[in-house]
Amino acid sequence: MKLKYIFPIIFITLFTTACSTDDDESPKTSNETEGLIKIQDIVNNNQTIELYSKTGAFQTGYNNVNIRIKNNNDQTYFENASISWMPIMQMPMMQHSCPHSTISKVSDKKTLYTGSVIYQMTNTDGSGWSITVNYSIDNVDYTVTETISVSQAEKQNVTSFMGSDDKRYIVALVEPLEPTIGINDMMVGLYKMENMMSFPAVENYKIMLDPRMPGMGNHSSPNNTNLSFNADDAMYHGNLSLTMTGYWFLNLKLLNGSDDILKGEDVTEQNEKSSLYLELEF
Amino acid sequence: MKHLVYIGICCFCCHSFFAQQDTLVTAKDTTKLSQIILVAQRKLSNYRQKKTLSSVDAYLEKSNQVTMIKRGNYAWEPSINNMVSDRLNVTINGMQIFGACTDKMDPITSYVDVSNLKQISVSSGQEGTENGHCIGGSIDLQIAASKFNNSGLKTSTDLGYETNGNYKSAGLDLEYSGDKFYLTTDGIFRKSNNYSAGGNQEVLYSQFQKYNISLNGGYKLSTNHTIETHIIYDKATDVGYPALPMDVSLAEALITSATHIYKNELTTIKSLETKLYFNTITHIMDDTKRPDVPIRMDMPGWSDTYGFYTKATLKENKHNILVNLNGFYNRSLAEMTMFSNDTSQPDMFMHTWPDVRTLYSGLFVKDNIALNENETISAGIRLGYHKNKIANKLGFNSLRIFYPKLEDTQTRFLTSLSTDYTYKKENWNAVFGIGYGERAPTVSEGYGNFLFNSFDGYDYIGNPNLKNEKAIEINAKTNYKFNTISLGIESSFFHISNYIIGEIDNSISPMTIGANGVRVYNALNHASIFNIYFNSSIDFSNAFSFNSSIGYNYGSGSNNKNLPLIKPFSYLAEVNYSTAKFNAILQLEGNGNQTKYSPFYGEDETLSYTVLNLNLGNVAYINHNKLIFKYGIENILDTNYSTYADWNNIPRQGRNFYMNASFIVF
Repeated sequence: MKLKYIFPIIFITLFTTACSTDDDESPKTSNETEGLIKIQDIVNNNQTIELYSKTGAFQTGYNNVNIRIKNNNDQTYFENASISWMPIMQMPMMQHSCPHSTISKVSDKKTLYTGSVIYQMTNTDGSGWSITVNYSIDNVDYTVTETISVSQAEKQNVTSFMGSDDKRYIVALVEPLEPTIGINDMMVGLYKMENMMSFPAVENYKIMLDPRMPGMGNHSSPNNTNLSFNADDAMYHGNLSLTMTGYWFLNLKLLNGSDDILKGEDVTEQNEKSSLYLELEF
Repeated sequence: MKHLVYIGICCFCCHSFFAQQDTLVTAKDTTKLSQIILVAQRKLSNYRQKKTLSSVDAYLEKSNQVTMIKRGNYAWEPSINNMVSDRLNVTINGMQIFGACTDKMDPITSYVDVSNLKQISVSSGQEGTENGHCIGGSIDLQIAASKFNNSGLKTSTDLGYETNGNYKSAGLDLEYSGDKFYLTTDGIFRKSNNYSAGGNQEVLYSQFQKYNISLNGGYKLSTNHTIETHIIYDKATDVGYPALPMDVSLAEALITSATHIYKNELTTIKSLETKLYFNTITHIMDDTKRPDVPIRMDMPGWSDTYGFYTKATLKENKHNILVNLNGFYNRSLAEMTMFSNDTSQPDMFMHTWPDVRTLYSGLFVKDNIALNENETISAGIRLGYHKNKIANKLGFNSLRIFYPKLEDTQTRFLTSLSTDYTYKKENWNAVFGIGYGERAPTVSEGYGNFLFNSFDGYDYIGNPNLKNEKAIEINAKTNYKFNTISLGIESSFFHISNYIIGEIDNSISPMTIGANGVRVYNALNHASIFNIYFNSSIDFSNAFSFNSSIGYNYGSGSNNKNLPLIKPFSYLAEVNYSTAKFNAILQLEGNGNQTKYSPFYGEDETLSYTVLNLNLGNVAYINHNKLIFKYGIENILDTNYSTYADWNNIPRQGRNFYMNASFIVF
């Protein structure tokens, strides 16, 4: 008699637990900005420059930006533009730029261009930054400048500092964008401030990594690797192990090509954290 | 086989209660393991126990070779041959069931109550592989099924009170038995406040509260065919663990099964029993009652098991063959959420068991051959296929931090062999057995992620690359009887290779705040465990008898370190006085100094102790109804003591007056 009740329970549970939940890849659509959110339009007479990103807003640290240029006359998008840009921070006494990449076309898209920019600071109200876009279409050059709004990221994902060699550097966290429990591929950009307007990537230095959880008695994780330079993307790569979700303090130490320490200290019982660090929360 | 026959006999004898008076006066403490299972009353609770309503734990503790590891006053962990649950196979009626707590706060024995059980079958070493693979032995908790004896309605109630901890318990049992149909149901409720150790020292967080209800039904399809179902629901709330940094707010189990039984005395196949079962456990650890913790956390765990077995007994000439084909599928998942002390930081989450799916199927065959009137030889084999799969992606990735090349699936083959020879004469008997067994690592040993062990203060990390643990075992026992004096020796020796135990890894930083470090489960090359017991009993008269037992245990690993939780020199002596309606037992029990303790594995030396107990029992008949009183004093001298088996040296109960009354209405 009880079988009547027990069997359905057993089978329902068996089947519900046996089903896997793999998501199918959604088919590609013709809309090239699918999954992106518009940050801002910059109107320049007959063209509109559309800025997109995953989040739809600029914030301090690394920003991956997608750009397309609309022909305002017929609402189509140009497929043959060449674009460059220059972000500028206006300070009371001076102005400066920030590390930013060149802009190239997204390989499998017709109208979409991409580049990245690392804002190392901003004003509390998000003001101060503007962006100048220089572009040419069919051998005609155009230029436009527009103010943009850059908000302060909650966690420290970029830091600018003076090295022991008296040079100013900027370190920015590029990946993981969506950290998970486990071993994450970590990517960091390292730039030297040559002057107010030039921030070239620094090659062949070393960045030592020691992630910690201050909320858990400075718990660390095993099998992290130090970050090393990769010439292909001019970034520093390493493995970041995260044993649990929460707030992680990524202690860093920057060494130059001859292993001189430019910034940062080892974490010890006495020294809870390094002066060079990035933060992560998930 | 022998036991089954006994059970059968006893069940048929159920009507003649007078004939079974002697079961009231059981000298269980000094009996050998195998004898525990011979006493087959319908219910454990009323007859077998000195305290009618004592828990399964307390009951098991009374047996010679079972020791209970205590983390509090509830859910003790059984240990056989100095091996704990990882090396034992604990089943309920042959059903596999696995605790859902990563810290062993819920041994399977905590999810049943004496009211559910007919008997507990304890087997040592490879004798215990009928239901699954083990190294140390097995415990099978056998559910009390009624019979079709047309006895009508029987009701019994039990009430118990103990002064220490203001412990109250109450049970109700209803049984209806007809020609073709039976239905029994029972419920039991227990509640205890903090108990006091010797010297009136209150042990904080030792309270508990639980209830257990069960429903059993049987229907006789024909002379040879029967179907039965059993459902047990057990729920404990507000359970304190004074030896641990956390308590339990919920430990809940639902245990269900449906069985078809075929029995025929005329054919070669005497019986064929097929069972389908399902059980689910939810276990929630909680620290909200602790005033001072480094960080608040929630640690829930779940364990679900689906399984079956088909068991056949065959008898042909001298052969008594038992065949058991079984399989199960278990999922074990446990999580930990830590609530940040800094409110600006998010909660921290991780999987402590990464949803491990275990699929096992195996075949057991045992033949018991009666060579002649005096000699019996038996041989058993179990072969099994064991597969683990990590189903949770996050959990899998967190293990990959430690084992970057980890695959999510692992399979093993397990073998177990045993044989023994028994010689029986009127005045003496001897058994000699040898065995070889293997076991797979448990979920914690294979896949645990930062499991804090408060015993040694280390975080434990599982190791999926562990090899099977293997044991070679020799056991022998003999009993002599000279007139009124009986003497017995029993001993067993285990040589265990790939002995799984935590090994300190200084390269990994602990997760638990304040932990001493991290141990990764690893294997010692080998370990040896030995035990020997001397038992004696003297019958001065029909009413007076004396029992005693002395035991010695030894365990050490190939790293020349003592193994943890090895029982020191132990002794027990008791004087029994019993008549048909009254019995009294005065009992002296103790351990010697724990000289071979294991500081490497977190032990400190436990001092010797001796306690004195007095148990009394009366039976009265009112018409055909029966009234049983059990009462007594435990730890008469109010000794403040703890034993080697007490986690972090929590002291045991001080003086305790108890009284149980059972009333059985026919």
